[in-house]
Amino acid sequence: MEDLEQFRLDTREWLTANCPDSQRQPITPEQQYWGGRKGSFPSEDAQTWFERMRDKGWTAPEWPTPYGGGGLSPQQGRVLKEEMKRIHARTPLFGLGLWMLGPAVLEYGSEEQKQQHIRAIVNGEHRWCQGYSEPGAGSDLASLQCKAEDKGDHFLVNGSKIWTTAADRCDWIFCLVRTDPDVKKQEGISFLLIDMDDPGVSTTPIELISGESEFCQTFFDNVEVPKENLVGELNKGWSVAKALLVHERKLMSEMGSESPRQVLTPNEAAREYLEFEDGKIADARLRSDLADYDMLMQAVALTHFRTFEEKAAGMRSAAPMVMKYVGTEAEKTKSELLLAILGSRGLGWEGDGFTEQEIDTLRLWAMSKAMTIAGGSSEVQLNLVAQKILELPQP
Amino acid sequence: MALVLNEEQRLLQETAKDFLGSRAPVEALRKLRDKRDAIGYDAALWQEMAEMGWASIIVPEIYGGLEFGFLGLGVVIEEAGRTLTASPLLCSGVVGASAILLGGSEEQKQSLLPSIAQGELTFALALEETHHHRPNHIGVAASQQKDGYVLNGNKSFVLDGHNADRLIVVARSHGETRDTEGLSLFLVDGNAPGVTRTRTIMADSRNAANIQLNNVTVTASSILGEVGEGWSVLEPVLDRGRVALAAEMMGCALESFERTVNYLKEREQFGVLIGTFQSLQHRAAHMQSELELSRSVLLQALSSVDESPEDLPVMASLAKSRLNELVKLVTNEAVQMHGGIGVTDDLEIGFFLKRARSAMQIFGDTGYHKDRYATLNGY
Ligand SMILES: Cc1cc2nc3c(=O)[nH]c(=O)nc-3n(C[C@H](O)[C@H](O)[C@H](O)COP(=O)(O)OP(=O)(O)OC[C@H]3O[C@@H](n4cnc5c(N)ncnc54)[C@H](O)[C@@H]3O)c2cc1C
Repeated sequence: MEDLEQFRLDTREWLTANCPDSQRQPITPEQQYWGGRKGSFPSEDAQTWFERMRDKGWTAPEWPTPYGGGGLSPQQGRVLKEEMKRIHARTPLFGLGLWMLGPAVLEYGSEEQKQQHIRAIVNGEHRWCQGYSEPGAGSDLASLQCKAEDKGDHFLVNGSKIWTTAADRCDWIFCLVRTDPDVKKQEGISFLLIDMDDPGVSTTPIELISGESEFCQTFFDNVEVPKENLVGELNKGWSVAKALLVHERKLMSEMGSESPRQVLTPNEAAREYLEFEDGKIADARLRSDLADYDMLMQAVALTHFRTFEEKAAGMRSAAPMVMKYVGTEAEKTKSELLLAILGSRGLGWEGDGFTEQEIDTLRLWAMSKAMTIAGGSSEVQLNLVAQKILELPQP
Repeated sequence: MALVLNEEQRLLQETAKDFLGSRAPVEALRKLRDKRDAIGYDAALWQEMAEMGWASIIVPEIYGGLEFGFLGLGVVIEEAGRTLTASPLLCSGVVGASAILLGGSEEQKQSLLPSIAQGELTFALALEETHHHRPNHIGVAASQQKDGYVLNGNKSFVLDGHNADRLIVVARSHGETRDTEGLSLFLVDGNAPGVTRTRTIMADSRNAANIQLNNVTVTASSILGEVGEGWSVLEPVLDRGRVALAAEMMGCALESFERTVNYLKEREQFGVLIGTFQSLQHRAAHMQSELELSRSVLLQALSSVDESPEDLPVMASLAKSRLNELVKLVTNEAVQMHGGIGVTDDLEIGFFLKRARSAMQIFGDTGYHKDRYATLNGY
């Protein structure tokens, strides 16, 4: 425990000395650094900050040091997070490599794969996207059709993936592919890493209701993928996929709390946009909605904290299984509440008639609709709870 | 009270459905949006709508109107809600026409209503001064001058305000900011000296404007109703607008609902149609129940305009509040049940989602109308 306190003090000191002032402010999407061959630093300070963190292994603080990680214990990792939060230090590097693929490769990958990919993720050299969903396989992921045929020294990949976020800006994609069509659907799936620069890989963007186009459809036309890019065993990709989904869901459940845009909290928005009478919000309904939301968020935050403590104490509980559902639904509630508070000022799409903050609020509202679908829809999350926790009989 | 449509109204509904379905589908709104159309609606289409009598659907025959009443208006607007058709129907045909009908002198009626009926003259109500509906929160000042008034102040979120021919400006000649007394309705030429209009680009791709009034002079004959007595005209005009908008929201909800139910019947996952999942079935059935309740409320509210105006305030607040909630529920569920494609711009569901949010703010959000409903009912 004393060690942890010492670690906290050292960390605090290091952060104060090394985090540039400009990197201690809320971050907008344009200011995020996602790495990769097509990426560039939003500013010099962002680059300095990234490089200093990278050199300490703190882009991936809890990953093993031999591959460039920081080698911290979960407790130390938490302290680092808290200390960064204390000075509002920005996350130096974003990406699915850090959040999802890395942990899966560390668990299931070969030594060569770790050597090749983990360090490249830590160093921000490779930006990754996720190739799971297909037009016919969304919630029912296991029915995917994109196929990889064994051609001796390589797989020949044909098919397409949809909703691949940011695929047009990524270097690599981790894919689920069908390697055996003749067995139970979960048993013929493999987990494959594909270089987006390989001949035969192409992407087309899909525009979203928020006006952004983060999604792509990604096509594979006779793409030759070396055998060594298979993670885990042939036809056993489903277990890798599931492990990775757990990371995705955990991440999504926490995302709201560090919303990347410069959007007010409902509480701040109320002060800026609502009338007060005798110190109370005059609109009784909005006041009650705001209280509901605040209480919900308290409960969510406390539950996140509890799950962490329970995990550290080696206990298992049902809470983590419900958090993706709870977190993303709460985010949706928050966005609806913000729109209601902003009134007609929350309906601006573009142009000078509205502040950037107001427009961002609307865009984020539109985006919040996607979060209860992505990474396993709310309905599918509830099904999982019913099956896995409650063990209810299935039809 | 008529809670079912008569033969004539059903015919009108079919005509509207066919016409709007072929001439002004959601695709047309998308085109207006994508080319950033300066007017924001199709003027030629509006002319055709006027020729069918829709611009004057509530205007008496003696002023060249169709005199079809609010139930007739309701069926047309509901269909326009299904196709999200952008047109001056709500602002001119309902709000503008009502203001003149309820507040205008005989002379004003004779000179203005026939032009509205022809679709030649468009109106916008310049009311709001804050970002929430507060119809008595009026700071725009009307100061008396020898033979008229001078208007000064700002208006925001003025629907169709960027290009309407005439503005109906709600201004205050005396009293404090929140008083209902001291308000007057002034007819102002949209291009009058001193009027600056800035169009705002809204989420639903419709048109609104911020309007600045800088020493705008108007004659005494441009007042609708009595000086300082504008509230008695404004309130029933707003209620008519609310009821008409509720009809549009009904169309918006119904269309997104039907599209969603169809999707539940065609999308397969886990080797079955997703409509077989009980969790989705119950939510679809719940929406059906809410639609039924809203339908009754809407019909009653529409018919109260013509048959029992004394009930209108309560009915308008009931209808607007319930339809606000309905349209929010249904459009949210529509996106969710469509899954990934539901959040793409390609699918039209997103247009309904965004229109719904605007409609929920226009003429009062749920909180406003629940509060008003309680007040009107004495608690
Ligand atoms: C913002 C965003 C980012 C994404 N990024 C990626 C990415 O990077 N890579 C990637 O591979 N995929 C990505 N996805 C895809 C995402 O994983 C799928 O959209 C999701 O799994 C849902 O699949 P679907 O869209 O096909 O919907 P469907 O599966 O068709 O679902 C339609 C509706 O049916 C419901 N439903 C389906 N099955 C059941 C059931 N058994 N019981 C009850 N209800 C059910 C759903 O909940 C939903 O409401 C992303 C999606 C979004 C929205």
